[in-house]
Amino acid sequence: MGKRVGIEVSLAVAEAVKLCDVDVVSAYPITPQTHIVEELSHYVANGDLDAAFIPVESEHSAMSAAVGSSATGARTYTATSAQGLALMHEIMFIAPSMRLPIVMTIANRSLSGPISIWNDHSDIMAERDTGWIQIFCENGQESFDLTICAFRIAEDKRVLLPVGVNMDGFILTHMIEPIEFMDKAEVKAFLPDYKPQLTLNPKKPVSMGPVGVPEVYMEAKKQYEQALWDSKDVVKEVLAAWGKHTGRKYAMVECNGKKKAKTVFVTMGSLGETAMTAVDNLIAAKQDVGQVRLRLWRPFPKEEMKKALKDAAKVVVIDRALSPGGVCGPVATEIKSLFYGDKNAPKIYNIVAGLGGRDVSVKDFEEMYALAKGGKIKDDYVIWGVKSNA
Amino acid sequence: MLRDVDLSGYQKITGKNVPRESMVASGHRACQGCVEVLAMGMVTRAVGKDCIVCNATGCMEIITSSFPQTAWKTPWIHVAFENAGAVASGIEAALTAMTRKGKRKGPLPTVLAFAGDGATADIGLQALSGALERGHKFIYVCLDNEAYMNTGVQRSSSTPFGATTTTSPAGKKSIGQSTRKKNLPAICAAHDIPYVATCSPAYHLDLMNKVRKAMAVDGPAYLHIYSVCPTGWGCKPEIGISLAKLAVETNVFPLYEVIGGRYNITKKVAKPKPVLDYLKVQRRFRHLAESDVAGIQKQVDDSWAYLNALAAAFPAPKEKGGAKEEE
Repeated sequence: MGKRVGIEVSLAVAEAVKLCDVDVVSAYPITPQTHIVEELSHYVANGDLDAAFIPVESEHSAMSAAVGSSATGARTYTATSAQGLALMHEIMFIAPSMRLPIVMTIANRSLSGPISIWNDHSDIMAERDTGWIQIFCENGQESFDLTICAFRIAEDKRVLLPVGVNMDGFILTHMIEPIEFMDKAEVKAFLPDYKPQLTLNPKKPVSMGPVGVPEVYMEAKKQYEQALWDSKDVVKEVLAAWGKHTGRKYAMVECNGKKKAKTVFVTMGSLGETAMTAVDNLIAAKQDVGQVRLRLWRPFPKEEMKKALKDAAKVVVIDRALSPGGVCGPVATEIKSLFYGDKNAPKIYNIVAGLGGRDVSVKDFEEMYALAKGGKIKDDYVIWGVKSNA
Repeated sequence: MLRDVDLSGYQKITGKNVPRESMVASGHRACQGCVEVLAMGMVTRAVGKDCIVCNATGCMEIITSSFPQTAWKTPWIHVAFENAGAVASGIEAALTAMTRKGKRKGPLPTVLAFAGDGATADIGLQALSGALERGHKFIYVCLDNEAYMNTGVQRSSSTPFGATTTTSPAGKKSIGQSTRKKNLPAICAAHDIPYVATCSPAYHLDLMNKVRKAMAVDGPAYLHIYSVCPTGWGCKPEIGISLAKLAVETNVFPLYEVIGGRYNITKKVAKPKPVLDYLKVQRRFRHLAESDVAGIQKQVDDSWAYLNALAAAFPAPKEKGGAKEEE
């Protein structure tokens, strides 16, 4: 194991992007993404990173410039959050349809209104169906590691899709954590040079982004959805290669706590670590409890998730986003549909928690466990910890 | 807002060496008599093969790129409606960085953005402003046909006063478009960029040479091209070029360039024709009363006087050689 350095996670992510030797960074500042792109612009200004830093005038232009840059064949990075991601929405669909391996960090933050700079997953959930590979990090080390992995996944010629690396705003971005770094040579040995398949090159002209008439539109959509599904094997492969390279092993779905536990939490992002402490406490108190952490949100690892939950009688899915007027939160919707028609399906509870930066503590998880164990959650979903009946 | 502009790399086109090859192949799907596609072809002739085209959503994108066909002989990308400036920024930045890092060789191709007036004056103004302000070396070409033609002739902020469109219809209580045309060349010139010009496809050498100057300057260039749309304007498809000429001869669309903040009127009209000559051949103006026409004539005269005052106050240096333009 290499030396660990205490550093703010945003700076560690910027370091990862620098180590990947990106050619172009286009970015517009938004809290809590700012420290990442500030650091990158300093690297460029000091000559530590040979890249073009495009200080665009909006996030819409950040993603548009990233598309132009990636289409030209450059390794391209951007980062955003909340309102900025929402402003990118239109172009979010276009990047994967053009098969452009852009990597973007999303410092997850709640969407307005009311305006809030604090964390939840409502920003990325609004981008769920854009066709991006979507990864969630649980801690600082993962944020560093998965940023590097993201480039290798995106640029693999079997994939060629953009990757969004999600990290909880403030809870991860602004936290100082001990992080094990790598040097440039180690990253280079893991991440090969990007060899684009088609680029905007006058010597070999191609037309990108043509009109999709009804006779071809569905075929185009089907092709890139197929590419997204096929990327799952590459994600698995890259995570395995990373484990071999660094000793830090990750899976798309990871289990923790008692094996074959009766009650199992499902979490995504940094809440996984809080849940982990709660699960440890509950196991110490002789409770039959476990935990599943979902790291790959899109493409959804169906088989892996089903396998991870096959022995559970009760599943408590924590959603950090609300789907107003919907059946339940976005993650719970997936898991419920995964078990639809399955005779051995567990009872699936859904708790929407931690919106707009509301703290979710170890104690909260213990209380959720008690309610689930007692079968006391009646509704399709519960919005956790709301202070009145309003 | 004045700056010295180095035009030493300018390669002039004369009647004897007009580039023959357009990068837009024939067989595209433009309407009969479309002057916009003609103008776009002229721009690509002047630029040549070594270029990357970035096209905003609009008529030109639709008519040239129906998959699996393409009319483009150069690399071409279309992303969305409002972001041609931003996409071009990304392309230029990528080319520059990759060249510096040894990932590509040779001179930088010309980065060319095409967008209509809606994509430029309205929805894409922010992305254009950002790209100009950041100083990317690219040429932004606004093909101005004075309304949203691709969606069925809705008004834009570039639609002229008095024109009827499907969202600024003339009626008992409406003159049609009730606002004056947004002055995009002035907005772009206010970004302190090295080169801004207005062009007309009726003056093809002037147009192509402005493209050549745009290529020569070190930084962003903006070309505003008057693009007759017979379908949207309600004129005969065969009069497109003569109407474009009439727009210049009446001072409705003066031809000039702004080189580092200094003005040069490239086509001085000795005896301007009355604006009525221009208006009366287009159905979009046929509802106008005599008094309305007089009002428009005054607007045109005032704008022309303003432009001349600017040119007198901030004259551009005379072009070396002083070769006479066509006509």
